[in-house]
Amino acid sequence: MSKVEAILSQLKDIAANPKKAMDDYKAETGKGAVGVMPIYAPEEMIHAAGYLPMGIWGAQGKTISQARTYLPPFACSIMQQVMELQCEGAYDDLAAVLFSVPCDTLKCLSQKWKGTSPVIVFTHPQNRGLEAANTFLVKEYELVKAQLEHYLEVKITNADLERSIAIYNENRAVMREFVKVAADYPQVIDAVSRHAVFKARQFMLKEKHTELVKELIAEVKAMPVQPWTGKKVIVTGILLEPNELLEIFNEFGLAIVDDDLAQESRQIRVDVLDGEEGPLYRMAKAWQQMYGCSVATDTKKGRGKMLMNKMAQTGADAVIIAQMKFCDPEEWDYPVMYREFEEKGVKNLMIEVDQEVTSFEQVKTRLQSFVEMM
Amino acid sequence: MYTMGIDVGSASSKVVILKDGKDVVAAEVVQVGTGSSGPQRALEQAFKVSGLTREDMSFVVATGYGRFAFEGADKQISEISCHAKGIYHLVPTARTIIDIGGQDAKAIRLDDKGGIKQFFMNDKCAAGTGRFLEVMARVLETTLDDMAELDAQATDTAPISSTCTVFAESEVISQLSSGESRNNIIKGVHLSVASRACGLAYRGGLEKDVVMTGGVARNAGVVRAVASVLKTDVIVAPNPQTTGALGAALFAYEAAQKK
Repeated sequence: MSKVEAILSQLKDIAANPKKAMDDYKAETGKGAVGVMPIYAPEEMIHAAGYLPMGIWGAQGKTISQARTYLPPFACSIMQQVMELQCEGAYDDLAAVLFSVPCDTLKCLSQKWKGTSPVIVFTHPQNRGLEAANTFLVKEYELVKAQLEHYLEVKITNADLERSIAIYNENRAVMREFVKVAADYPQVIDAVSRHAVFKARQFMLKEKHTELVKELIAEVKAMPVQPWTGKKVIVTGILLEPNELLEIFNEFGLAIVDDDLAQESRQIRVDVLDGEEGPLYRMAKAWQQMYGCSVATDTKKGRGKMLMNKMAQTGADAVIIAQMKFCDPEEWDYPVMYREFEEKGVKNLMIEVDQEVTSFEQVKTRLQSFVEMM
Repeated sequence: MYTMGIDVGSASSKVVILKDGKDVVAAEVVQVGTGSSGPQRALEQAFKVSGLTREDMSFVVATGYGRFAFEGADKQISEISCHAKGIYHLVPTARTIIDIGGQDAKAIRLDDKGGIKQFFMNDKCAAGTGRFLEVMARVLETTLDDMAELDAQATDTAPISSTCTVFAESEVISQLSSGESRNNIIKGVHLSVASRACGLAYRGGLEKDVVMTGGVARNAGVVRAVASVLKTDVIVAPNPQTTGALGAALFAYEAAQKK
């Protein structure tokens, strides 16, 4: 097994076995893990407390049963899965759960957590252009910090936070570099591997993840760049999984040369900037700087333009919209983007992502047709 | 030179054999699809009608839901591409195709060279498909073949929602028990299917000529409903059930020429 294969295999294992990643961390450090609900959270605080932040983005193929008691069938697919897992006690090992509420479904779900872990709910201000938004979010983060300190029985100092911010900024920068490398080497980093590198990031300390990804980048960049005979695409949406779906991308020669997935590149888009202000203020400011996301209000609706810029930068042939089933914010963005794509002659395809399904034949037909169309 | 296209759908199996990329020497349909004896029976019928064998075929393209499960094809091409190819061959003025099959519905936009500009498929739901009509025909104690004629006798349109087959079935039962005429209900069912498919066509941007294909296009009631929703004339493709297989046979001919 080559070094590249070994690193990818390690990251794939972590991505596929989050429970083991958490148990290993507990055994190694004596500390626990804190769950992080989609989409954005000040993970740096959890890291600064010495706990492992664990992304909670649902599961694939689980039949929804108990969740029906609490959620209507038209609630988003991720939340259906999260609720089902809550009911089964899957998250009860977490020391706490950090819960942002940027959409209606998250807002409602935050009020009916069925697990036993304490839930820390906080709000991102949507009128983001004002300085008052930063002031508001600092207050929210102060409450989050106080609750984390209470539940985890640790003191989070500014020095701890500054160290964690630096670690997270480095990880985000390395991941942005990884995105470019994956675009240059789709023969080496296929759609499944690319996703695994991002997904493992949710279940590892970022400094360890950074170390592995740096090593991966160095190994891959030492290889010659080969021409890609397939098509290059940019994917956008909340998330794009499971592997069975990504394997269809591989099968039809679709290289993912950049993404705008909430689970992937949106997490690494904006850094916490240096400055004279305290860490909580600078973390709050990062939310103000976020762009191109359906849950972060953008009165100018710049997401379509952002995606077309990405196409120009990467030489992508098309955009694929991975529409999370029953995700209202994403549904609202789609018609705006679609009109822009059509006006500019940008090839685009919408596929639906539903975490409950186990059959991907219809997506396969859509993707094959799309490749044939191009 | 003979080439063959086989469209292994969810509800039926279709085979077209072409001579020199233009003459149809066989176009056979068996009303059971993937996972059944349908594909093999359709093949046998096509060979019997044409007097040809698999060895006579220079190239075979499979399409449809069961295209990858079918053994014996040289290549698999999606049904969207094959319907576009087949329709453009038959109706070169087609710019919008509405294809309603057994378990899915599609709207395909073509450019003036027959290339696909955009396409939309229904979500994973039987509403607005042939399966929806099958369910309704059973509840209404009629057959798919008779539905168009009964629709023509309707005096009004009973409202049937287009959201969900199971709910719509309940609505039909409710309408029947409240004394609504069967013909009016059938007309409502057709409008429900048409609304769903036309929603896809609107998403892609409607451009004339509009051509309907797929097994449901044989139902004149649905065709009338589509025309009324889109407020435009609708051309029904000749032999609408076999246009996908025809497109596959045309692709096979192109591939054979390159061999």
